Amino acid sequence: MSATFDTVAGIISETCDIPLENITPDSHAINDLGIDSLDFLDVAFATDKAFGIKMPLEQWTQEVNEGKATTDQYFVLKGLCASIDQLVAAKGA
Amino acid sequence: MVDRIVSLDLAAREICADCLVPDASPIFDGHFPGYPILPGVLMIETMAQTGGWLVLATLRFSHMPFLAQVKEAKMRNFVGPGEALRAEAELLHDGSGYAVVKGRIMAQGKRVADAEMVYRVVAFPNEMLRAQMFATARRIGVPENLLHAD
Repeated sequence: MSATFDTVAGIISETCDIPLENITPDSHAINDLGIDSLDFLDVAFATDKAFGIKMPLEQWTQEVNEGKATTDQYFVLKGLCASIDQLVAAKGA
Repeated sequence: MVDRIVSLDLAAREICADCLVPDASPIFDGHFPGYPILPGVLMIETMAQTGGWLVLATLRFSHMPFLAQVKEAKMRNFVGPGEALRAEAELLHDGSGYAVVKGRIMAQGKRVADAEMVYRVVAFPNEMLRAQMFATARRIGVPENLLHAD
């Protein structure tokens, strides 16, 4: 598993009080882990800080609402981590 | 709760505001009889409003912050009727669709309350609220140049 996943899983475990062993790359943050929108703000804040990024949650939400993306794309952890890696790469470019 | 913006520094991501506790209020009748003190939830509301003005100004009033979470709120001292409070807030993080602010209240140079607050930041739900926020911003002294995008 990637270092990004390890960091994100650690954040989710700590902020949402979910055992680390229950969090996998295929976990859906909402459907599988039961993270609600308020807890996700804590996850977003900790993730933004950890990676020095600003996850575009508004844009992602809009894409999902408009049917241009699925929740799986952004809320299954392997997809979320891939998006984080892209944001980190873009920051360094 | 906020009477006047004393300073609003977007570069430093900080705001400072004066808030005067009224001498008399029905709130003090029950909180508490014979020993009137400002309820802790109103201290939190004071910090939340102060931080909210900071978020609004940071976003040039394009979006509205709604309080979503209060963390580690501490009411450190009693606040009585007629006390002059100084509310301060610092923007810790300007996220996408949310903001995190650290707030505190000072009275007579001493910290009487502090908390970390998370806001959901969304489009104004209607024009009435937007207009009211502009009117209040002007009344309490938010600089005119911060009311609109450059």
